[in-house]
Amino acid sequence: MANHSPMLFRTRLYYALLAAGGLVAMMGLYAAHMMEEHGHIITGMNNQVVWGMPHVFAIFMIVAASGVLNIASIGSVFGKAVYKGRAPLAGMLSIALLAGGLTVLMLDLGRADRIIVAATNFNLTSVFAWNIVLYSGLFTFVALYMWTLLERRMNRWIKPAGLVVFTWRIILTTGTGLIFAFLVARQAYDSAILPPMFLVMSFTWGLAVFHVVQSAMYTWNNRIQDPVILNRMKVLLGIFVLGTLYLVAVYHMTNLYFAKQTAFEHFILVSGGIYPWMFWAGYVVLGSLLPLLLIYHPSLGKPKFVVLASLMVILGAFALLYVFIVGGQAFPLDIFPGYEVTSSFGDGQIGQYQPSLYEFLLGFGGLAIAFLITTVGVHALNFMPPQDQPRTEYK
Amino acid sequence: MLKLIALLVVLCCSASAGATESYGMPKLDIGKGGQCVAPTEWMRKNHMKVLFKQRDETVHQGIRGSKYSLKNCVECHASLRDNSVIGRPDSFCEGCHRYEAVKIDCFECHSSKRSTALVQEESK
Amino acid sequence: MSDMNEQRRQFLKTSVGAAAVAVAPGMLMFDMARGDTEPVSSKVRWGMLINTENCADCDKCVKACNKENGLSGGLSPTDSQWIRKVELKDMRTERSLALPMMCQHCEEPPCVDVCPTGASFKRADGIVLVDKHLCIGCRYCMMACPYKARSFVHEPLHDQKPDVPRGKGTVESCTMCVQRVDAGKIPACAEACPNKSILFGNLNDPDSEVAKKIRTVASTQIRADLGLDTGLRYQGL
Repeated sequence: MANHSPMLFRTRLYYALLAAGGLVAMMGLYAAHMMEEHGHIITGMNNQVVWGMPHVFAIFMIVAASGVLNIASIGSVFGKAVYKGRAPLAGMLSIALLAGGLTVLMLDLGRADRIIVAATNFNLTSVFAWNIVLYSGLFTFVALYMWTLLERRMNRWIKPAGLVVFTWRIILTTGTGLIFAFLVARQAYDSAILPPMFLVMSFTWGLAVFHVVQSAMYTWNNRIQDPVILNRMKVLLGIFVLGTLYLVAVYHMTNLYFAKQTAFEHFILVSGGIYPWMFWAGYVVLGSLLPLLLIYHPSLGKPKFVVLASLMVILGAFALLYVFIVGGQAFPLDIFPGYEVTSSFGDGQIGQYQPSLYEFLLGFGGLAIAFLITTVGVHALNFMPPQDQPRTEYK
Repeated sequence: MLKLIALLVVLCCSASAGATESYGMPKLDIGKGGQCVAPTEWMRKNHMKVLFKQRDETVHQGIRGSKYSLKNCVECHASLRDNSVIGRPDSFCEGCHRYEAVKIDCFECHSSKRSTALVQEESK
Repeated sequence: MSDMNEQRRQFLKTSVGAAAVAVAPGMLMFDMARGDTEPVSSKVRWGMLINTENCADCDKCVKACNKENGLSGGLSPTDSQWIRKVELKDMRTERSLALPMMCQHCEEPPCVDVCPTGASFKRADGIVLVDKHLCIGCRYCMMACPYKARSFVHEPLHDQKPDVPRGKGTVESCTMCVQRVDAGKIPACAEACPNKSILFGNLNDPDSEVAKKIRTVASTQIRADLGLDTGLRYQGL
């Protein structure tokens, strides 16, 4: 770590990026202010689809925040040298994504001004309350872990700190999956497979985000990624994409097996309009098959294709989460099994949801916060993997 | 030393006297007024405490008979002109809260109107 | 105020023997069980038995609820509906019926389990409520409720009822008209039902009308498979 070369960040570009990120973040705050002022009436969310676009963004960021730490764990816990040098960047990305995701989640609350209530009143049976503990714990542990990584005198604590972070984030993503898995009444969610599914999704999405950020860093520093290392990390991404695909398939297959769930599966996979589209075209093709092709095709090994594959995985993640969160709520609750149901409150009808501009602004605002933290972090601290340096060449 | 203490005592007294003598304090429309559930001076400092306690007891335990209920406050102190404790610079709650620059959350959800007046309105 | 309550209680006490039930319409005798300064007790469990036989052409309970609780009565997906009329048709037998649907006041309410701040809670007497002072508006309870009983207040509100505070950014649902129950009255829907098809009372009291009827007629809990032990039971479903 000692003989690193300073980051050759182009100052102008840096400030332009900060300004752009700041602007998007400000727009997100503006959206939050408008929601505070007028209420959720200005969003597309309603009494049937109670969680919408902000939650898609927030859950993506929170899940990816946990998964990106995989890089650090492989280095610090499982002792792989290539990943060790990347651990600080992974830690910082995790904090950035978590901050972005939690900001969106908090600002979407009906009474965001009362967030202190959530911090002082705990209902111990609530998965949400556990998650509040888990999130703040992750912040703390990752910060400590980064301290052990970046401060040489603390280096001997890397392994235990890494182990704590590793354990904590596995529990955290399990907790995120449990938010849905414990909803017994909803066809889309009540399933024990959700926590492991979220766990593998977190590996995939976190690694995809890491690839994108890492490539951007190399480009801006005029460095070339070591092809051997890139190849290894690329194949890892491929394995995770396959793993996610497998668990998503199992989730839908088990649902199809239960007669009471087949109507829901038919809705999500075939007849539900936008939801099957987003699932098949967005998640399966764009978010899984095409990236796999880019990753495994022998003639497509270049860094830019890996970045492209990672970006597709991220887009696919948003599509999958939209189908999972919004589609899962749009399908009506089966309150009276065996009956056809109608009412003034949307019983028996597909819930309508049209995300509003404010929701997108809020979501992108959260991404911008993650982006700002990353940009400042990368600028202020040295996150270039040191092991690669002898092999890289300056242009 | 004694002089110093005496001076301090005098200063303290005058300071607290200043606070109670309503120097620059808003003139409030106290509604029906009359004898409050507790001394005015005490209520000024502690009304939020008793209200919070009462609120939790009412919501969670169904205790509605207490004299410290918000509805009770409004019943007596709503202006006789518009039957409300907020909305004007001299309204009972709003006047003082503006002066102290403390946001009142209560009336986003709770009615600021005298309930007996509302009943009369409805029956008309 | 409290004087008035005192008088009423005295009045009720003196007329118990003769015709307490007829003291006032919708007034029950249980007022004597609890004073205004005592906490509610778990000796009582409020519940309802709803007979769906006569629901076909009537929505008086819905109207009464809106009036009592100051709801707008709007039917858009963002409007609050504490009670709604649900039309059912059996997919195999084509038998159709209608019933009022609302918070089922579960013994094991999922909304209470999932609420991060403890804003959703069950009172000792079985009424499930939202403490809006604690509610942060996360809507997790709406995700968890198997009965779609809850609404989120999407807009700023004005002119709420003095006894029914409601506000933007919080979740709400049927309170079993807790303000009426605490005052010794029956819920507005039960009072408004022209066929007396909503029978309200103490499920824990074996002599109460509702407990007696539940013992003698067939009734079901909605989604009984979830094991939530609802406080509302339906007859003729």
